[in-house]
Amino acid sequence: MKIVVCIKQVPDTKGGVKFNPDGTLDRAAMMTIMNPDDKAGLEAALRLKDQYGAEVTVITMGLPKAEDVLREAMAMGADKGILVTDRVLGGADTWATSQTLAGAIRNLEYDLIITGRQAIDGDTAQVGPQISEHLDIPVISYAQKIEIDGDSVVVERQYDDRYHVLKAKMPCLVTALAELNEPRYMTPGGIFDACNAEIIVWGRDKLVDVEDSNLGLKGSPTQIAKASDKVKKGAGEKVTLDPTESVDYIIGKLKEKHVI
Amino acid sequence: MDFTLSKKHEMARALFREFAEKEVKPLAQEVDETEEFPRVTVEKMAKAGFMGIPIPKEYGGQGCDILTYAICVEELSKVCGTTGVIVSAHTSLCCDPILTYGTEEQKQKYLPDLASGKKLGAFGLTEPGAGTDAQGQQTKAVLDGDEWVLNGSKIFITNGKEADVYVIFAITGMVEKRGKLSKEISAFIVEKGTPGFTFGTKEKKMGIRGSSTYELIFTDCRIPKANMLGQQGKGFGIAMHTLDGGRIGIAAQALGIGEGALERTIDYVKERKQFGRAIGAFQNTQFQLADMATKAQAAQYMVYKAACTKDQYTVDHKTSYNVEAAMAKLYAAEMAMEVTTKAVQLHGGYGYTREYDVERMMRDAKITEIYEGTSEVQRMVISAALLK
Repeated sequence: MKIVVCIKQVPDTKGGVKFNPDGTLDRAAMMTIMNPDDKAGLEAALRLKDQYGAEVTVITMGLPKAEDVLREAMAMGADKGILVTDRVLGGADTWATSQTLAGAIRNLEYDLIITGRQAIDGDTAQVGPQISEHLDIPVISYAQKIEIDGDSVVVERQYDDRYHVLKAKMPCLVTALAELNEPRYMTPGGIFDACNAEIIVWGRDKLVDVEDSNLGLKGSPTQIAKASDKVKKGAGEKVTLDPTESVDYIIGKLKEKHVI
Repeated sequence: MDFTLSKKHEMARALFREFAEKEVKPLAQEVDETEEFPRVTVEKMAKAGFMGIPIPKEYGGQGCDILTYAICVEELSKVCGTTGVIVSAHTSLCCDPILTYGTEEQKQKYLPDLASGKKLGAFGLTEPGAGTDAQGQQTKAVLDGDEWVLNGSKIFITNGKEADVYVIFAITGMVEKRGKLSKEISAFIVEKGTPGFTFGTKEKKMGIRGSSTYELIFTDCRIPKANMLGQQGKGFGIAMHTLDGGRIGIAAQALGIGEGALERTIDYVKERKQFGRAIGAFQNTQFQLADMATKAQAAQYMVYKAACTKDQYTVDHKTSYNVEAAMAKLYAAEMAMEVTTKAVQLHGGYGYTREYDVERMMRDAKITEIYEGTSEVQRMVISAALLK
């Protein structure tokens, strides 16, 4: 079985979010991590590899330094890492990103493609399903469990209060939730091997069946007008009342705010 | 001369730090309080490959170097000295002598399980009458047919009751050296469960309280002849060479304890207010921190230098690293004691309570000046090299 896992290097929001004066993210000033949903997707792929035997290829689009996230994935157990990087790909929104990744994946043989549900820096949850559309394969999103049954994949798709069990013939794309599993640690030996391994680097010329008009900033229908950090909530208002008065007070406030 | 770590070492540090923060730090206080060996943590470390870092892949290890192993012990010890010494004793004192002196059969038999962490290793040299004076041993091994029969006891053994494989030293005869009779010491591999091999008392210690420190007792304990490690009569050299390497592990542990105490103190002095100001705003605090950080940095360079020198030995089997290891352990251990003591002082009354990590760290630091060669022994090793 051949599995392709799409991963993204994202800013580590634990240390706080930093912005450039123009309102865009100051990525250089922030530590980076592997996007948590993607890491769960990679772990799912590695478990399938442990269980059934598989070749796991990780792929990312980004700046040259994004090779770090590929090495991390390889130190966890991925077999190959592919970095898709080119100046013309910069500034891509989800449409241009999914076009790029699909164009790169067309070079590969695969039974299963796993992506994270969404990246913590964009939170769109669009790239995975879009890749499946471009490649014309089925997609099962929000996977909380992934199993293989012969030539099919059986996935539990999460909902708020229930889950659906879906079965799809491979090749298929699955988007993974961070809750899917507890990703393994890298191993020290894996790190040494990953640092000695060659990262495959592809540019625009390696993308198959993709129009230039669908790439990079020019190919992105979405333009970010402004980004900002979360506004901190105020301290609120504290009142001490007995239970009956409290109910009246809360109802009054809700009416005042036109909630009820 | 380049003082920056390579990418792979930086990645390894990030791994060890993440593991230490997530898996080790939350348990450190409880491990100290209950004096219980952190078995679950050891299982997790085994899964993550931490129990065989410098062991070649052909023997089931990670195939990394001593520097990576030292960084692992350092990062673990920043949050828990107990966890640091478990890895150090296992790797330096059991895996390393088997790798260095074992026959191919012994390496194939023992290293894969040790390096994968399926089994834990220990080392038994010290006896009630043989501490710094390792020649003062009483434990004897007598050949009887195809078996060695061990009688005697070993004390203060790290990983004592938890280990599965032990490297044990015993007298196998008397030899004449320069007209004087002296003890001939040999090394053996002894497995837990061998009839006649039992455990004595568990030590109640000041620090590293989760570490399993036991007396090992051998009463007509019969082990196969094939379990002699190295040549007969070469045990003393094996023990000394093993301890040279072990000192890098303990130096890394001491380094981590000191750095951990410094990190806690930096956080504390920013928060703690007296006279309307954070205590970090007072020059006394600032100067103390500057001294602590400078010494910790110096210790780190010495530990990494010793580790890299041993790595060179692994390549050429010629480079000597005993002086570097002795200097690193001497300096790092004394740094750890000084830095943790200052850390407690800067924490004031809170630092003297078990609510704060620095109290435990100060107790943990003390042993690094004592085990695997006291600071006095390190000075003997260093000065002997200067005056030879």
